[in-house]
Amino acid sequence: MAVVTRERKSTRVPARELGTGRRQQFEEISGKALVYLLLFAGSVIFVAPFVWMVSSSFQDVSDMFRWPPSWIPRNPSFDNYVEFFRQERIGRYFFNSAYVALTVTALQLFTSSLAAYTFAKRRFPGRDLLFIITLGTMMIPGQVTLIPNYVILRHIPFFGGNDIMGSGGSGWLDSYWGLIVPQGASAFGIFLMRQYMKSIPDDLLDAARVDGGSEFRIFAQIVMPLCRPALAALGIFTFTYVWDDFFWPLIIVSSEELRTLPLGLALFVVRNRTVWDLLMAGSVITTLPVLIVFLVFQRHFIRGIAVTGMK
Amino acid sequence: MSVSTAMGPYRRPVPTRRTGMRRVLREMRKQWTAYLFLAPVLLLFSVFTVFSVGYAFYLSFHQWNILEPAKPFVGLDNYARLLDDGRFRQAIGNTIYYTAASVPLTIGLGLAVALLLNNQIRARGIFRTFFYLPVVTPLVIASIIWKWVYNGDYGLANYYLMKFNIINEPLLWLADKNLAMPAVIITSVWKGVGFAMVVYLAGLQSIPEDYYDAAKIDGATGWRRLRDITIPLLSSTTLFLLVISILGSFQVFTQIFIMTNGGPLGRTRTIVWYIYTTAFKDFNMGYAAAMAFALFAMMLGFTLLQFRFLRREIEY
Repeated sequence: MAVVTRERKSTRVPARELGTGRRQQFEEISGKALVYLLLFAGSVIFVAPFVWMVSSSFQDVSDMFRWPPSWIPRNPSFDNYVEFFRQERIGRYFFNSAYVALTVTALQLFTSSLAAYTFAKRRFPGRDLLFIITLGTMMIPGQVTLIPNYVILRHIPFFGGNDIMGSGGSGWLDSYWGLIVPQGASAFGIFLMRQYMKSIPDDLLDAARVDGGSEFRIFAQIVMPLCRPALAALGIFTFTYVWDDFFWPLIIVSSEELRTLPLGLALFVVRNRTVWDLLMAGSVITTLPVLIVFLVFQRHFIRGIAVTGMK
Repeated sequence: MSVSTAMGPYRRPVPTRRTGMRRVLREMRKQWTAYLFLAPVLLLFSVFTVFSVGYAFYLSFHQWNILEPAKPFVGLDNYARLLDDGRFRQAIGNTIYYTAASVPLTIGLGLAVALLLNNQIRARGIFRTFFYLPVVTPLVIASIIWKWVYNGDYGLANYYLMKFNIINEPLLWLADKNLAMPAVIITSVWKGVGFAMVVYLAGLQSIPEDYYDAAKIDGATGWRRLRDITIPLLSSTTLFLLVISILGSFQVFTQIFIMTNGGPLGRTRTIVWYIYTTAFKDFNMGYAAAMAFALFAMMLGFTLLQFRFLRREIEY
């Protein structure tokens, strides 16, 4: 070991001496200062709109419409928040967002891991074909299926005033069913869980099968507990995605009681142009849950993205 | 199998088509729980994806309006109409403008920030979180915040640009026909840099330190090390980011809907915005379905092109 380290040192020294010692040192320090300066300037620009949203949400309208802009509220108050909850039925929007995001997440975790287990650990006729079809669905952009799915939902029989042939009413449009069920399965989720489950040794499952465990018990009592990290990652991704989603609710929802937070706020902007004080409070409320999820699970989050990015 | 041995000496059946079929069926019956486990997913995919794509194809050959009972078959008319539709052409032009500006800016800045963060510096985690904050912010909220920043009378953008004497009088930003699209692009870049940064940081960590040591001994300058080692070794990361970002920006909609709603003078109408209004404002769903397939074809074409074009570069 000692020899090796000495060797490494001896190769480094001449490399340093190539430059004229002091100048090189100066360049290194100034280089580092430049790195900090650029990072600092960059973060100021990136964080500013965010800080601006938070500080505006605590200001009175009269303070918001003032030049120069005041970054620190003069008379900070929760009035905007109180007013927003009162005026726009935001409590209902909040409930809708949470309900839909949590249900879809639970549903996707269940269906994805069930399917992933089957694809990863069972042998049965047609497995590879079905798996290829599942992956193939990822290729199709949402815009292609958007319009037919709207029509399909409209014709779900027995719902929303429809008869057995699925006509006459609005079906699953403008309902929680329509917001939740079509998002209940995810090819990405199946793929992610399958990759993870492949690392579980087959011997473990075979032993349980010999002991007479049913496939569902093996899945629920052996496989699922081992998959906790993957389930956490998929859960975070799904929750954030559904919470942020705007396009699907925009198309499905027409009545006010079913609006989610992003949809409610967006329609607020499109229809009333000037209530920035209330909007900023609403924006903070909408961002907060995903921000908390991110800060708590930051490490999983960034690692997850890095892993999907490496492939 | 165990059944046949129990009944006497096992004779391997001649694998005719019939016995093969029977074996498959027996195997399927034995593994019935596998199909049960797949049932929820297969049911949802077959209705909302497989059937749906077929149905979209059907719609695209009909003059299909949800409000009108008559839905005549029109053959390729919808596709033919796309070719002369000036608005569709404008939407394609705007989408390409958006993509061509936002994708290189996002990826370039993401690489720059990742390179800065890849030095041995203090508070690395905090800087990384700062740049990642916009990624966590919901897109609807990001669009609302920036719409307020671009406000013509009281927005931050005008205030600071005037304070530093970059402009003399307030700009209209989202109401200006030449500035609206750049304003939307800035918002998207702000939102996307953090993602590119994280992916590049992971890529940078996989480059062995030895390469740089060797290059230093050879007297390579920082710039040469970046150009000849770092960037080529990151090319697979870049390819991944390019594919993801281009596909994403072909589908840009939310920012447009909230910040400009296609205006001014249609300068920010994008393909998905046009599909949305055609299908859900004019209820012209057959025509919108044809547009969606055109978008699909463009996305597929671009992806294949990039893989071909960039694979050559990676393999040198």
